[in-house]
Amino acid sequence: MLSSIAVMLLATTAGFAQPDRDARPLRWAADAEGGAPYIFKDDANPEVNVGFEVDLARALAEALGRPIVFEQYEYKSLILGLERGDFDFAMNGLEITPDRLQRVRFSRPYYVYQLQLVVRADDDRFTSLEACRSRSAVVGTLEETAAEKLLDRMGIDKRIYDGQVEPYMDLELGRLDAVLLDLPIAAYYARPNRKLKFVGKPLAAGYYAIAFRKDREALARQFDAALDRLAGDGRLQRIYEKWQIWNDDQDDVLSTGRTAASAGPTPRWRLHDYLPLLAHGAWVTIQLSVLSMALAVVLGLPIAVARLSGTRWLAWPATVYVEFFRGIPMLLLLYFLYFGLGHTLRLPAFWAAVLGFGLNYAAYEAEIYRAGIGAIPRGQWEAAASLGMSPALAFRRIILPQAVRVILPPMTSDFIALFKDTSLVSAIAVVELTKQYLILTKSSGGFLKIGLATAVLYLMMSVPLGYLSRQLEKRWGNGS
Amino acid sequence: MGKWIVSQAAEVVIEGVVKRFGRRAVLDGLDLRVASGETVALVGPSGGGKSTLLRVINGLTPFDEGRIRVGPHILEAHDGRAQRAAARQVRQRFGMVFQDFQLFPHFTALGNIVEAPRHVLGLSAEESRQRGMALLARVGLADRAEAYPNELSGGQKQRVAIARALAMQPAGLLCDEITSALDPELKGEVLAVLEDLRGDGMTLIVVTHEMGFARHAADRIVVLDEGRVIEDGPPGQVLDSPQKERTRRFLSRLLV
Repeated sequence: MLSSIAVMLLATTAGFAQPDRDARPLRWAADAEGGAPYIFKDDANPEVNVGFEVDLARALAEALGRPIVFEQYEYKSLILGLERGDFDFAMNGLEITPDRLQRVRFSRPYYVYQLQLVVRADDDRFTSLEACRSRSAVVGTLEETAAEKLLDRMGIDKRIYDGQVEPYMDLELGRLDAVLLDLPIAAYYARPNRKLKFVGKPLAAGYYAIAFRKDREALARQFDAALDRLAGDGRLQRIYEKWQIWNDDQDDVLSTGRTAASAGPTPRWRLHDYLPLLAHGAWVTIQLSVLSMALAVVLGLPIAVARLSGTRWLAWPATVYVEFFRGIPMLLLLYFLYFGLGHTLRLPAFWAAVLGFGLNYAAYEAEIYRAGIGAIPRGQWEAAASLGMSPALAFRRIILPQAVRVILPPMTSDFIALFKDTSLVSAIAVVELTKQYLILTKSSGGFLKIGLATAVLYLMMSVPLGYLSRQLEKRWGNGS
Repeated sequence: MGKWIVSQAAEVVIEGVVKRFGRRAVLDGLDLRVASGETVALVGPSGGGKSTLLRVINGLTPFDEGRIRVGPHILEAHDGRAQRAAARQVRQRFGMVFQDFQLFPHFTALGNIVEAPRHVLGLSAEESRQRGMALLARVGLADRAEAYPNELSGGQKQRVAIARALAMQPAGLLCDEITSALDPELKGEVLAVLEDLRGDGMTLIVVTHEMGFARHAADRIVVLDEGRVIEDGPPGQVLDSPQKERTRRFLSRLLV
């Protein structure tokens, strides 16, 4: 989570800095993976981050007379990282929301954002959020955003993404009916895409502001003053115009002397509120694990047999399969199956995950089969052959049943590992147990309580499996 | 005997068989003829090719030169489809019993015996069970039908292994040092079963170090050394007045 590869991005020339001020660089955290137009990698030069917030940070560094260095930080964890003191401030399209106001000190707003609904160009069903609700559309958005909360409030079926590209991709592919995201995102990603269109007016205005820890009041005031200066002398407007996100609403933030809104009450989550959600996440985890493992176990056997066959044109592809799927990261495979093959295969996220884990674990199960079959003495093959059994019959009746005793304990361990590995699927918008935990903690902050509940759910699933594995080993460990 | 009986006979004719492991010839142009119903004890120093000969006859090990005829079936040098088919025919005619039993540990004693009749011969469950129980009774283990191999003594295991081989109703058995892994007091029960089978007219080719057994139960003793037959005759002749110096040396070592 803490991939803070500090990139020296901005360092103002010391020349005009006021000498009596603290001149240590300020650490600015944002997620360059989050995307355009806030902060993202320059296409022409991927070493460099660009975006309107990069320009804004540069202008702020000038106005403050202090260098600002960028640190990469996961968007979802920005508030957490701030509280931990990993950096000085977060500026990454953070909306001012009541629950965030409880936890951080926001600067004066620097941008008025709106939400824009986007649908497919050839789809006339959904002309507004109200239409989305009445026709039960599935709407994509980003986790922990004002858009997500608006969808929740309206009771619209949502699907949560980590990045800004994926929801529009899934919309284009027909996996979603609409996408609701901040206007700057829609302007950058959806407007140039001819297969997508904006519907309705931008709605539900809110503010982006810079977040500080509550005990950094002095620093926050300096930023408030600096933002005021940038608003007053037109530099803020020029940055927005450059990135084509200027609109009349921005007059609101240009008026000087503004301060951040104050905090309202935050709802408190109780156990009986989140337990059903966690239980549902656990159910998804179980389905995902069982189906993936079933696929892996079925697929692994022929691969192992092919490797053991001694026939080169069978053994060679099987070896390539095993090495390939053991060698590539699971996350890459999930992305490839879901997004990479999105145009040709159109797999729903859940089935893409089952296929991905099934293919990946089949490589490991094949190796377990191979070791198990190899552990059966050669004499058993010969005894079967001397009774007139064909190799196929000997394998089915004599070798495999014995190998299963060797195979089952490590396979059960693999199954437990798979249980935990399934938490990776949040990358392709499947909400299983870990993802549900993350979502709940983001909105409630109850890391400890909900974390314990989640851990208990995982243990309720994995401990019986571990017990079963040990029993199998005990029962079959002493073979002939 | 009339010609018609040949199809059930288990005459074994070995002609010029060579088997090499690397550059060493374990069988070095070996010739041997075993008549149907004969009991032949194969003896000789270890490494002399005794076990390899049994495996070659049963088609478990391919050989490099020569020819083997078992009843009407002919095994040629070199592995191939026809060779594998012939080997399967030979195996239905000759059962094999191993030094280390090789019972199937996941089946009961009865399960071990009925497996091949049931799935190779395609007998019904009831038929194969009856055959299995009869064979267990014959080797004196009727009361151990439901025992798993790890619950049996070595001698009992080997008797189950013999019953398992007999369940395919072979004309003969190839026995590869089947008492070597047994304690002395257990050897007798296994050898008694062999003598019983001999009385039924089975062809038995027995690799053994039990000279007592060889002397009173075998029709012939064949001494193998360095991949060849160096002595071949009735037990009294081979054991008491061997022709070859190497046989004498081998026997004197055994008797010490």
